[in-house]
Amino acid sequence: MSKTITKNNKKETISNKSEFKTKLMRINMGPQHPSTHGVLRLVVDLEGEVVAAVKPQIGYLHTGFEKTMENRSYMQNVTYPNRMDYTASFSHDLAYVLSAEKLMDAVVPIRAQRVRVLLTELNRIASHLIYFATGLLDMGALTLYFYTMREREDILDLFEMIAGARMNYGYFRIGGLAYDVPEGFEEKLRAFISKFPKMMQQYADLFAKNDIFLARSKGIGVLSQEIALDYAMTGPSLRATGVGLDFRKAAPYSGYEDYDFNVPTATAGDVYSRFMVRFEEMGESLKIVEQALNRLEPGPIKDPSRHISLPPRDELASSMEAVIFHFKLVTEGFHPAKAESYVATESARGELGYFLVSDGGSMPYRVKVRVPSLINLQALESACKGGLFADLVMTLASFDPILGDIDK
Amino acid sequence: MDPWYITLIKAFLVSIALLGGFAYLTLIQRKLLGRMQHRYGPNRVGPFGLLQPIADAIKAIFKEDIVVTAADKFVYYLAPFLSISFALVAFGAIPAGPANSLFGFDPWVMDLDIGLLYVFAATSIGVYGIFLGGWASNNKYSLLGSLRSAAQMISYELGLGLSALTVILITGSLNFREIVDFNVWGMHPLLWIPLIIAFITYFISSTAEINNTPFDLPEAEQELVAGYLTEYSSIKWALYMMAEYVNLFTAAAVLSSLFLGGWRGPAFLDQVIPGISQWPLIWLLLKMAMIVFTFIWLQATLPRFRYDQVMRIGWIWLFEIALFAALLTAALIAFVV
Repeated sequence: MSKTITKNNKKETISNKSEFKTKLMRINMGPQHPSTHGVLRLVVDLEGEVVAAVKPQIGYLHTGFEKTMENRSYMQNVTYPNRMDYTASFSHDLAYVLSAEKLMDAVVPIRAQRVRVLLTELNRIASHLIYFATGLLDMGALTLYFYTMREREDILDLFEMIAGARMNYGYFRIGGLAYDVPEGFEEKLRAFISKFPKMMQQYADLFAKNDIFLARSKGIGVLSQEIALDYAMTGPSLRATGVGLDFRKAAPYSGYEDYDFNVPTATAGDVYSRFMVRFEEMGESLKIVEQALNRLEPGPIKDPSRHISLPPRDELASSMEAVIFHFKLVTEGFHPAKAESYVATESARGELGYFLVSDGGSMPYRVKVRVPSLINLQALESACKGGLFADLVMTLASFDPILGDIDK
Repeated sequence: MDPWYITLIKAFLVSIALLGGFAYLTLIQRKLLGRMQHRYGPNRVGPFGLLQPIADAIKAIFKEDIVVTAADKFVYYLAPFLSISFALVAFGAIPAGPANSLFGFDPWVMDLDIGLLYVFAATSIGVYGIFLGGWASNNKYSLLGSLRSAAQMISYELGLGLSALTVILITGSLNFREIVDFNVWGMHPLLWIPLIIAFITYFISSTAEINNTPFDLPEAEQELVAGYLTEYSSIKWALYMMAEYVNLFTAAAVLSSLFLGGWRGPAFLDQVIPGISQWPLIWLLLKMAMIVFTFIWLQATLPRFRYDQVMRIGWIWLFEIALFAALLTAALIAFVV
């Protein structure tokens, strides 16, 4: 830029470039930084407080799960998926077993499907609760964090009843569930279902009508529908731009077609709509949980085929055949036919699917996970460029990235 | 007037009281925030966690004092001291009771005719502590934090000064003792309008001035790690924290002296216990506690503004509303009263 000024009746041209040198300030956010939601590193170029460029650097949590899974039997692999996305473990569990079941043509009993849907939706609520907690924390609002963590604790207690652990559940099995839900689970869940809408109202009172929250989130980090689709974004972040794509509706799995629920969308594509889409989704998930619980009837929880499910424990003492099947399954696992399988599921963050290639052996030949966090993160720069530094933090939080999910 | 050595002793005592108050304010703050957030707050060290501040102080002193190699050493050391000294100094002009009421001595350190200007001057110099500290740390986060801080404090001082102008116009004095002594019930009732407006703008401005939520940008940890404090550790860090809390006290004391009657208690209580409204210290401390509680309450409730929003609120809203209140007062005094 140059401008002409008149000095001593002589026209002089001052080039700003030579006189006033301005330099972009390059800031490394992370991998250890309070608001990168894990070990994400953002290389940010700042012009004052305005973001000129953002380059996310990933890989600090790379664990090689995909490669590890290629060296374990299908059954052993149930251990790994839930470790990728530690806030929505059941979503990953479900995506993996669905894909493996498709490979195996397993038949999942209706009760097992209901329990799976129930747990996955509960997990979606828990994951969104973390989202609100940390998202609002990035805005400096401390209190909502403790409110949402209180309800998440109730959900984790339920999971602990089921799986004995607060994360990394490993409760789903190819062909069904590991064992039936424990006694007392249904009553506890009903108590939670009746309590939660009141709690959601509390959160809404605390942030959704807060003027500062509105001023900080409306019109911030806007993504247009085209850009979101170009980056193949999925999940709530895409639905906030007005595309009602939800794989629970678009390509139902696990009997989602039987449930009555809405897919909340918004049109603005800003931080606020990403927050509100997820907020409404919690209510919809609660509806699904309630329906699944009401339809939960006693019945088998595993595929009866001995080539897929382990024989019942009590048969081992009396039946030689059962011992042989048990031995074969545990030591070697099953051999699916040469095929590929992929089932797209809707995790708390978007499209999640496991691409499994079988070469006929007992281990998958190739495992590739389509994780939503990684693909959604690519749109970060388009959403933040030209915005303020403080908005970058909010926009990143509103994408809900989980680093385990990104780095695998 | 007290002899100079009494003044010196009083200054010393006020400093000690402020620093002790700072230590226990951290505990009260954490307890209150805990209660508001469904948790307990500190309760492990001593009964009800009462020894927590002492444990924190010991920790702060014995932590490794890291000095950044690339820092501007002199300024780096100077900055926290600037911050804390001027925070302490500012409190000196606030009266805590009527003359000769504290064991025969005056319950203030200095009886300054320019008391209000003095407080503003001292708190403004405190900004240098933050600004220089952030600059000398040679850290980008610190620099951003200190730039924000300086910009914010300067913009909010305008609102602060203009709101105080309303009080100055009505009472006709800059001396805190005379401001407190002003008989508010005897003034023209129309003057209440600008006074209430000025109270609100002054409260918001001082919230910003002491970097309390929702204006706690300089140390917005989600963006700037710890802002200007990023490279400070050990006792130098503790000095900054001290300055921040002492500023909180000063803001509360100035606010109560300007708008809430300072050291005076409610007069109707005199019918129950004669002379209780004239007791030193107690009423000022009560009023300060109320204001400090409100500040902590804000911390638990509100998210943080963005940098440009803070600037807009300061320059467009507070500045103009406070200016309006001051002009209204001037007009009322000139034409009505």
